Amino acid sequence: MKPESLLLATFASLFGILSLTGCKSGDGSTIKVGEFASLTGKEKTFGMSSHEGTELAFEEINKAGGVLGKQIELLTEDNQSKAGEPANIVNKLISRDGVVAILGEVASSRSLEAAPIAQEAKIPMISPASTNPKVTEVGDYIFRVCFIDPFQGTVMANFAINTLKVKKVAILTDAKSDYSKGLAKYFKEQFTKNSGVITSELDYNGSDKDFKAQLTTIKGAAPDAVFIPGYYTDVALIAIQAQEIGLSIPLFGGDGWESENLLQVAGKAIEGHYFSTHCSPEDTSLKMTSFVAAYKAKYNKTPDAMAALGYDSAYVLAEAIKRAGTTEGPKLRDAIAATKDFEGVTGKFSLNEKRDAVKSAAILQIKDGKFKFLETIAP
Amino acid sequence: MNEISQQLVNGLALGSVYALIAIGYTMVYGVLRFINFAHGDVFMLGSFAGFYLAPQIAKWFPLPSWGGWVAVMAATMIICAIIGIVIELLAYRPLRNRPKLTVLITAIGVSLLIQYTCQHQAFFGASQKAFPPLLPSGNFSLGGLSFNTTQFVVLGVTLVLLAALTFIVKKTRIGMAMRAVSHNSAAASLMGISNSFIISFTFGLGSALAGAGGILYGMTYTGIEPLMGVSVGLKAFVAAVLGGIGNLPGAALGGLLLGIVETYAGGMSGVSTYRDGIAFAILILILIFKPTGLLGSKQIEKV
Repeated sequence: MKPESLLLATFASLFGILSLTGCKSGDGSTIKVGEFASLTGKEKTFGMSSHEGTELAFEEINKAGGVLGKQIELLTEDNQSKAGEPANIVNKLISRDGVVAILGEVASSRSLEAAPIAQEAKIPMISPASTNPKVTEVGDYIFRVCFIDPFQGTVMANFAINTLKVKKVAILTDAKSDYSKGLAKYFKEQFTKNSGVITSELDYNGSDKDFKAQLTTIKGAAPDAVFIPGYYTDVALIAIQAQEIGLSIPLFGGDGWESENLLQVAGKAIEGHYFSTHCSPEDTSLKMTSFVAAYKAKYNKTPDAMAALGYDSAYVLAEAIKRAGTTEGPKLRDAIAATKDFEGVTGKFSLNEKRDAVKSAAILQIKDGKFKFLETIAP
Repeated sequence: MNEISQQLVNGLALGSVYALIAIGYTMVYGVLRFINFAHGDVFMLGSFAGFYLAPQIAKWFPLPSWGGWVAVMAATMIICAIIGIVIELLAYRPLRNRPKLTVLITAIGVSLLIQYTCQHQAFFGASQKAFPPLLPSGNFSLGGLSFNTTQFVVLGVTLVLLAALTFIVKKTRIGMAMRAVSHNSAAASLMGISNSFIISFTFGLGSALAGAGGILYGMTYTGIEPLMGVSVGLKAFVAAVLGGIGNLPGAALGGLLLGIVETYAGGMSGVSTYRDGIAFAILILILIFKPTGLLGSKQIEKV
């Protein structure tokens, strides 16, 4: 046989074998739920936390007998915090693995990427923590168990005016993140409505390392505080560099700050600054305390808001499957949409007609190298 | 006025790091007529080497301190030199007599291999790590401008290394051999110069500089991750071309200029996200009007 045709034959047979292994395993004895998260990469702690919360929830549910008499099988895929990956992964989970629902993601940009695919395939998708309003606007199969940025922007604007008592704020946005741009816009709307002044609006590209240029310009306009609605990896460096150029005004931001990594990298530079998030592990409700205990027992660390939301998203899905009595797309979707007064770890909430959760926000401050609960703001 | 001067300071500090890496690019090109795209990743490996070495070195020289810093720098530069030499031996030497395009593609392959391997959990993992403080750092004000001691260290080290390198290339025998190989490698080997040795030496030297750049960058920007070499390496390459590829002071000048332009663009409202684009646009303009770069000289090909 000629070497070229031998090579071709080998490739053809390999391809054939590989495509056979990709067939859906339809054994029907488990309920397959897909999850896509950033388990590695720039926003690794978000993905790891929400995944751990989700995993813990399904473990508990399975131990209690599963749902509709079947165990729930969680298929998790890592999108490495990269754009482009969620589309691949969700396609695979839906078409090859045959999942009945998708859980994910924390970062709005990546949820926005996957949502159209789930909507098209009529597979319900529940995002644990994506706050950009556009995510659920994709279609009626897309849900979330957290508040949205118009609310978060309002919360932070009111916080700036009422608690920080500042009138002039500079905004530093991550131009690569839909979350950041959305949150900045809503903050600005609400802040200026209450006669606040935005001294300067600058942006950076996520993963940039040098922010001194932007910070120097911000310093020049002499604001009273800086609003940084970005992700923790960049915020850490911004805080350090702000300190280096002598910018000593309060910095505050949104739930993108919530990560242990922020404290590790920024150290003393982030001390005393503020951010809003979905809940605080210091909450004394029964649900929160038992969740914190179970999480600590399994993972040996204190959970953060992302973990709590991952946990809640899993339970919301499980409850909906129970109520629907089936895992069929349209019926399951209707059951999820009918979620009312759900008693979650992150509070008691219902999903409104836009499929967003109506919940309170918690404001945390970094004190003594730890996140300390400051106040709750109700919608 | 204050702000403009402050941005200048910021720009010079950023530019110094670009300059250090650009020098490595330009040296390898000068000797081998070859752009080593993996250079930016050697820079990244230097940062990580410093990150992992620092706790070990802290056992003998308590960190942060000058002694500890010198130890970490020296160790990292040696490690990076070895890495550079190994890369040359394994990936480029076997392709010595192949067309330039083949080696170029291999270089890109090496670069991607290093980046993606290092992102794997078994190696460094893809998330950002906090670079440990190596020098006692302090912020101080002078004439209304804020400085950080690290910025001076970076600028100082860049100048010292540039001077040392120029000395090696111009005043030592091995430097003369490097220049000979750069002029005409066939004639150089006829004169008894071992081309292989000189090429390895050049790679080692360039990589040591990239390693130094990695440490200085880690000290300035604290957050290190496996893909950090991509954008910095690309900008350093642009800086090298801007200054005239193959020209050492040109690379340093290109680096500083690029850092300054980028910083000014970054500080302007509405333009700040385009800061990278502006830097590259300037490169295109300079190349249109002065194709050999700012300090480069025309290459005469005798037919």
